[in-house]
Amino acid sequence: MSYQLPKFRHPELPVNDLGYTKADYEGAISTLCAGCGHDSISGAIVRACHELSIEPHKIAKLSGIGCSSKTPTYFLGKSHGFNSVHGRMPSVVTGAALANRDLLYMGVSGDGDTASIGMGQFAHIARRNLNMVYIVMNNGCYGLTKGQDSATADRGSASKKGDPNIYSAIDLCGTALQMGATFVARSFSGDKEQLVPLIKAAISHRGFALIDVISPCVTFNNNSKSTKSYEFVREHSEATGTIDFVPLHKEITTEYQPGHSHEVTMHDGSSIHLYKVDESLNPFDRRSAINAMEEHRYSGNILTGLIYMNLDSRDLHEVLETSHRPLNALDEADLCPGNKMLLNINASLR
Amino acid sequence: MKRIESVNDFVIKFANVNGTGSASANNLFAKALFRMGIPVSPKNIFPSNIQGLPTWYEVRVNDKGYLGRRGGIDIALSVNPQSMAQDIREVLPGGYFIYDSTKALDLRLHRDDISIIGLPLTRICNEQYEDPRQRLLFKNVIYVGALAALLDMDFKVLTGLVEDQFKGKKNLVLPNIHALELGHQYVRNNLDCPIGIRVKKSDKVGDKILLDGNTALGLGALYGGATVAAWYPITPSTSVVDAFEKYAKRTRIDPGTGRRNYAIVQAEDELAAIGMAIGASWNGARAFTATSGPGVSLMSEFLGLAYFAEIPTVLYNVQRAGPSTGMPTRTQQSDILSCAYASHGDTKQVLLFPSTPRECFDFGAMAFDLAERLQTPIILMTDLDLGMNDNMSEPLAWDDERKYDRGKVLSAEQLEAGVEFGRYLDVDGDAICYRTYPGTHPTKGAFFTRGTSRNEYAVYTEKGEEYEANMLRLLRKWDTINEYVPAPIVVDCGRATDTAVLYFGTSEESSREALDHLATEGVYLNAMRVRAFPFNREVQEFIQRHKQVFVIEQNRDAQLRTLLMAEFEFGPDKLKSVLCFDGTPISARNIRKQIKKHLDGDNVLPLHRNTALLRTGESR
Ligand SMILES: Cc1ncc(C[n+]2csc(CCOP(=O)(O)OP(=O)(O)O)c2C)c(N)n1
Ligand code: SF4
Ligand SMILES: [Mg+2]
Repeated sequence: MSYQLPKFRHPELPVNDLGYTKADYEGAISTLCAGCGHDSISGAIVRACHELSIEPHKIAKLSGIGCSSKTPTYFLGKSHGFNSVHGRMPSVVTGAALANRDLLYMGVSGDGDTASIGMGQFAHIARRNLNMVYIVMNNGCYGLTKGQDSATADRGSASKKGDPNIYSAIDLCGTALQMGATFVARSFSGDKEQLVPLIKAAISHRGFALIDVISPCVTFNNNSKSTKSYEFVREHSEATGTIDFVPLHKEITTEYQPGHSHEVTMHDGSSIHLYKVDESLNPFDRRSAINAMEEHRYSGNILTGLIYMNLDSRDLHEVLETSHRPLNALDEADLCPGNKMLLNINASLR
Repeated sequence: MKRIESVNDFVIKFANVNGTGSASANNLFAKALFRMGIPVSPKNIFPSNIQGLPTWYEVRVNDKGYLGRRGGIDIALSVNPQSMAQDIREVLPGGYFIYDSTKALDLRLHRDDISIIGLPLTRICNEQYEDPRQRLLFKNVIYVGALAALLDMDFKVLTGLVEDQFKGKKNLVLPNIHALELGHQYVRNNLDCPIGIRVKKSDKVGDKILLDGNTALGLGALYGGATVAAWYPITPSTSVVDAFEKYAKRTRIDPGTGRRNYAIVQAEDELAAIGMAIGASWNGARAFTATSGPGVSLMSEFLGLAYFAEIPTVLYNVQRAGPSTGMPTRTQQSDILSCAYASHGDTKQVLLFPSTPRECFDFGAMAFDLAERLQTPIILMTDLDLGMNDNMSEPLAWDDERKYDRGKVLSAEQLEAGVEFGRYLDVDGDAICYRTYPGTHPTKGAFFTRGTSRNEYAVYTEKGEEYEANMLRLLRKWDTINEYVPAPIVVDCGRATDTAVLYFGTSEESSREALDHLATEGVYLNAMRVRAFPFNREVQEFIQRHKQVFVIEQNRDAQLRTLLMAEFEFGPDKLKSVLCFDGTPISARNIRKQIKKHLDGDNVLPLHRNTALLRTGESR
């Protein structure tokens, strides 16, 4: 069937291939603190989805609980959303994705939501390679409960409360790699030029795509002794390289210098161009990715950019051999074996 | 000594060692009787152990069709030295004790008031078989052959069953029949048979089937259109998903593409299992999870979300004895309160109480229609006794004309036509609101699902009056739910009486038998079997109509009675408890005793129910 697209739009706003403006991908006005990193990530999601011309209603956005998990209200207002319970978004999105393989699943979580209460589900969704984008808005603290240290806070880092964190930090990219994630990246909420193409690549990837985005909490963890402050991250991040994302059917307009860039075709036909800065990292090799992360941890720097991607990834639907038609589209005729089989079963039980 | 003499009416208990393959032999025995047209009710009593500990199999044989536990053992067949002392002690005076006489019976165990029958099972096996595994397995088959002679069973039925069971596998059929013959011949040649208890062909089984409730539930989910099953292994619920998978493999794989019209995920825990079921249901698939008490505890937070956000969810709870790990392989009905009010805040959950495999199948499938129509979790409450034992049941049936009731879901066409959509807007007074599946329409019908309060258009709100209005609507929805859940079944005793019993689930058979027996003693009681929570008005009126109602249930704290009192505000004098919580299914004798105790003692001194229970003496 055909649908009416919204009629009124600013004549100068650029439209994408579907005729939508960026505003069509926006959500309600954010109620987060002014300057919160999470809002920038919402903006990057809006931009990535708009530029990729994804139909907004073909996206489902899911989250757990936290300031970060509130953000789905603030992006993709025309998509169904599900703000579930603390730490359990992975299971909800798993069920949702099993029900309908045709939507794009955008999961959003916080470092508390993922690395503490939800660590178990996070590990298992990675190993099941669910086809989804999983964005952690990582601020090293529990924003919504007023700034307690989270499990991703670095040892020695101190939030506004003042006491340095005494435990070692969980590195979500490392964990995801260990658990079998097939796409792992890290970025910074303040670096849209890096984040937007990463989100696009994550969307095109078939399988579990984690982007751990450092996203400063201006209210509780943006002070001078914090390693998750804007200032610290700007000073200490080191990119694996820059990436450019070229969707399918789009002309390549940039001139790529031979030798420095690496072109990779994604399963949906789009391609990414990777300019490597760090020659020691081969993001298509898991061992290399793990080594690079260890190296950076050792030197006290934050490795950002694409860290690992498995181009042969088989997602959960492939592994389970589920029908190509979405399970939620099947009806009685597809699903119910009918009375005749019961007659046989009954006979075998006498 | 007066021997127990009976035809087609006895209780036999097999005492075995776990992991020795006794289950299939014992099953062969029960099913042979069933095929002779005699009602049987076999019950596995097994330890939480894989190998080595004592395990029992109790078969009630009863021509009148009473299928509950009767209480008392007429014949014990013991091949487990570990439990022999207990096994021989349990035999009723005049009963029979059959044991492996390869090793002489310990003289201290000897009893004069029962018949003791020795079968040299180990000796026969050692003479016949070289392989230790064969010695172990065939010992069981040999005693079944021996029983056939002792009880005058139709030997041809047994051999026919073996042939059916190992259809086409000659190398299995012949050795099993040989083993049956070994036992049979030994008894014929060496012992007086039949004994005082015997069987004869009957016609009391009709077209009934012998099936465990969990398989019936798995089939119910299959027929009900479930496409997503998420679960975490736990006794006694595991075989539900096993059965679903077994039949899905047969019927749900597209012959052309080889792709599956179902997905089963063994989750990392029960939290994830129910989360997946909720996510799939939210997205328009029929999904379920199966668990037992400990799993329900873990699912509690999610059950609150599904209640409040109104997401259809199907949960099969196969109850076992708690609290905590309790007695994980024993039966109980002890999650009533934890499920009825599962989760924090003001929550009420819909419960279904099947009492036969046929009802497991029917309710198991119906749960999906109810969940989607009522947009709320449906918790089907069965238990180990019904779930893991073969129960005699009406055959399964499905109306091929039946359509699934997918509830109130707006289509793209409806949205396009401009139907007003408010996810929590009650447009027609039944307090159930329309929902949309994700991805339906490009610009209309999207909404945000959340566990936080919101207004009728699913927009976040912290306004007290909006929250309250929504909570009151949910309460009104409870009234609508009442019209949809299965109604109770009343059995009128046909006499004027102001006393009644009320029971649910697996207490049915024993209750029915107890009431029949009480009637022969001049005690007449009406009966009601409750099949769902919310209780409908009929339940209230039934209780009101009687001066006193005995609530029969299998838990310590009288949970259903508590629920009745909470929902209807009946006083404690009106509802009296008849309880059993030792982990075995409640028996007819136990029910009878407790009711009589209440009736005798009532005009003298109202007993606290625990005291009353102690005074009944028998705890089984
Ligand atoms: C079961 C449960 N426990 C505790 C909470 C309280 N709680 C809400 S948000 C939150 C932490 C969120 O931290 P994070 O995921 O890092 O999100 P942020 O607010 O930092 O973005 C906690 C502990 C809850 N909602 N549910
Ligand atoms: S408390 Fe921190 S995380 Fe939460 S909205 Fe404010 S800045 Fe963002
Ligand atoms: Mg945080």
